[in-house]
Amino acid sequence: MNKQLKALTRTIFALFIVLFFAVTMVQVVQADDLRANELNGRTIKNGYEVERGSILVDGDPVAYSTPTGDSYKYVRQYSAGSLYAPITGYFSHSQGMSGLELAMNQDLSGIGNAQFFTRIQNTLNGVSPQGSSVQTTIQAKVQRAASEAMSELGVDGAVVALDPKTGRVLAMTSTPSFDPNLLSGNDDAEIIANYGQLADEPSQPLKNRAIAGDLYHPGSVYKLIVAAAAIEAGDAKPSSSFENPDKLKLPQSTHEMQNASRTTCGTGSKATLEQAIVMSCNIPIAELAMSMDKNAVPNMAHAFGFEQEITIPLKVTPSASPEPNDQSQVALSSIGQLDVRSTPMQIAMVSAGIANGGTVMKPQLIDKIITPDLRVEKEYTPEQFSKPISEKTAEAVTGMMEKGVSTPEGLAQKAAIDGVRVAGKTGTAENGVAEDGTDVPFTLWFTGFAPVEDPQVAVAVVIENGGGANYGFEGGSFDLPTAVGKRVMEAVLSE
Amino acid sequence: MSNEAQQPRSFEKTRTSETVLHRITALRAPKLLLGLELSLLIFAIAIGVAAVLIIDLTVNGEVSTTLLPTGALFVVSLLALHLTIRRIAPDADPLIMPIATFLNVIGVAMIYRIDLATGLTGWDSTSVRQLVWSSVAVLGAIAVLAVVRNHLVLLRYTYLSGLGAFVFLLLPMLPFVGQEINGARVWIHIGGFSFQPGEIAKILLAIFFAGYLVQSRDSLAMVGKKILGIRFPRARDLGPLLVFWLAAMVVLVFQRDLGTSLLYFGLFLSMLYIATGRVGWVVLGVGLFLAGGIIASQTLAYVKVRFNNWLDPFADPYGAGHQMVTGLFGMANGGMTGTGLGQGYPEMTTFSQSDYIIASLGEELGLIGLFVILAAYLLLVGRGLRIGFAGQDDFGKLLAAGLSFSLAFQVFIVVGGITRVIPLTGLTAPFLAAGGSSLVSNWIIIAILILLSGSIRNRPKLVIRA
Repeated sequence: MNKQLKALTRTIFALFIVLFFAVTMVQVVQADDLRANELNGRTIKNGYEVERGSILVDGDPVAYSTPTGDSYKYVRQYSAGSLYAPITGYFSHSQGMSGLELAMNQDLSGIGNAQFFTRIQNTLNGVSPQGSSVQTTIQAKVQRAASEAMSELGVDGAVVALDPKTGRVLAMTSTPSFDPNLLSGNDDAEIIANYGQLADEPSQPLKNRAIAGDLYHPGSVYKLIVAAAAIEAGDAKPSSSFENPDKLKLPQSTHEMQNASRTTCGTGSKATLEQAIVMSCNIPIAELAMSMDKNAVPNMAHAFGFEQEITIPLKVTPSASPEPNDQSQVALSSIGQLDVRSTPMQIAMVSAGIANGGTVMKPQLIDKIITPDLRVEKEYTPEQFSKPISEKTAEAVTGMMEKGVSTPEGLAQKAAIDGVRVAGKTGTAENGVAEDGTDVPFTLWFTGFAPVEDPQVAVAVVIENGGGANYGFEGGSFDLPTAVGKRVMEAVLSE
Repeated sequence: MSNEAQQPRSFEKTRTSETVLHRITALRAPKLLLGLELSLLIFAIAIGVAAVLIIDLTVNGEVSTTLLPTGALFVVSLLALHLTIRRIAPDADPLIMPIATFLNVIGVAMIYRIDLATGLTGWDSTSVRQLVWSSVAVLGAIAVLAVVRNHLVLLRYTYLSGLGAFVFLLLPMLPFVGQEINGARVWIHIGGFSFQPGEIAKILLAIFFAGYLVQSRDSLAMVGKKILGIRFPRARDLGPLLVFWLAAMVVLVFQRDLGTSLLYFGLFLSMLYIATGRVGWVVLGVGLFLAGGIIASQTLAYVKVRFNNWLDPFADPYGAGHQMVTGLFGMANGGMTGTGLGQGYPEMTTFSQSDYIIASLGEELGLIGLFVILAAYLLLVGRGLRIGFAGQDDFGKLLAAGLSFSLAFQVFIVVGGITRVIPLTGLTAPFLAAGGSSLVSNWIIIAILILLSGSIRNRPKLVIRA
């Protein structure tokens, strides 16, 4: 019988090895993922046990913990209220967390693996646990300029400003915003009430329109990608010319495409690519796109970041640039309509890539992580995201964008800054027709960068519901978003 | 050739072997080992007391006396058990009882900690009841030791044990007495007092299997066809296997208790294998059970839910997967070193005191703590298997191996279920989890193992002395 007993002993031993392995998997290997899971109520509770690290902008804490006398040892506070809400997010007992509070939770609460030995040390020394602080790349004055410009206009939308050379996010706003203090108190009932109110608000302040709202039709700003694809492939130059009708019947379709002006593009019988970009004409761009391979534009968009998962470390919803099925779809997608959708962050990346000589840098919102004893635990270095176009192509596109700002017929001329060479492109995206037959308000865009010779900032501005029939076609993209973009660029250059 | 010349050498030889004998005898001296048992027992109790003190100081900031009266009762009954072992099985393995005690007190401490978190105090609190049950269980162990005295007596009651197991298994199915808790009909309820008769049935089954297999192993080990290098039994010898497979399926379907069904069948298969040495039985049995389980997972709603939760607990994190998910979150919260006693949130896990006490311990004691607990189980099982190896009679060997396997297998089913190695089944961790019936049956298993080891370990000594 001992032979069988030996086999049984081995079996039991194997079963226990499996258990040792399984427990290790849960408690060590998967532990970080489980802790980061948004359903995990323990993580939130733990967050109130430790003095959570701060979120810093220009070295000043915009989110920080202060001690309280109640059962939760700390309360989270946000010094600038709604200004940084799209960046910090909120940190609440009953409603979980969002923004950097969620994305950087491990570091802020000091439970990441990086702090393992610090934690043991603290336990041994009897020091109460403390999380690391997160320094963002945001510049306060740029953020303020963007936020103020939007709220002065009284419009909903988002602004993203990037440093084209490093990918650092200089500003990221979403209007309307909310006050994270409303969700961070220690009174659960109050938080739930406040959250309910914010969630029911029709303007949806909890949505981060810059990276994670409903995606927008990019409209004419998408023409930059068409132009980049054409020039990169050698299919066109800024001086290439196209037929210039005032209406273009799309193949296999009853749809007729018009320019935004409802007339021809300029006065000539032919229109150049440059004219089409400067005056934002649809027909020449559609003709150009239809002359190319039908996947050329979606592929270029993909190279700029469309359809890709991007984390900054907030999650950026992937923008959509599906492959068109037929020529009429090619034409409509080329002007940023149909199924093409984008986040403001993605459009800012396009401008930043063009500004940076064709190299797109990975957008990054975190500068460094600082431990409670003020050691720099981690410093982020600029990373290349992709190189969709050559320097020459970038230069050609930049030239056309600059003319869009500097020439009298340019639609982006309101972005002009005295003594600075600015490149820009506007966009007006139609959003179709509502059930009652009226046009849904347009989405207005501006994207651009400055100064052209040494770009310091690339910006994307989106304004929701900003024009169209309901607004009597007043205050289009040449006006509202362009003015916001100008103020944001000025704020960066004002040093 | 003088005798005088050889005398010293012979004397020397005798003296050496006398010394060797002395040393061997010394090694096996019961007094010394029982001294070891007593000191280990005190150490185990001290761990429990320390744990409760730490919890008190961490959670309330002051020492409470909630557990003092019942705790003292438990300690007294443990000492009584120790004294009983000294009288009845002085040669018993000195590790078995201290390990069981260690697991028991750690369980009580964790239950007490969750009581504090959920605001349960006084005589109604689970930890106080757990201590009372622990004392009852230890007194049960003493009774078994005192009544049985020699494990061979059990062989006499083979078929009576089988009948008893059958009756105990069926009790919950009776109207009025039987009770359904959390979907499983495995309880009886008499006069405000609930009990899971299946726990006792487990021991009776082990006795029955051991007795039955000792008698009929030859016919079961008969040659059969060889397929893929494994010899399978003949069709007409399949009877017992099919009977127990059917019994397991009945438990699965009618009592809705997947864990118990798995445990009983695993116990039967392992003992069948030890008795016959035929892997074919195991292959057939596992195949049958898997087939039954897979059919059940498609047709029985409760098995299906558990099966789906096993594959993806996050599919329904607030509903069916809630227990699984909160348990995983708890263990992750503990990580490598644990939050420390009294500093986690074990009460956020459903059934944190019973089915999920392993997750609660994992949260506050961490991976290191769980490793210690698993090691303790492994050591306990190892001592049991050792009795099997050293045993002289086949009945004792089989019984020791069967009981040890049932302990190990139950730990595997519980911890494997919590860590998603296998589907969750609803069994509880022996000695740790809140629940009287499980404590009673597990302490009875300890008593039987002590009896077996006592009778086995004093034999070689007799041989040497003779």
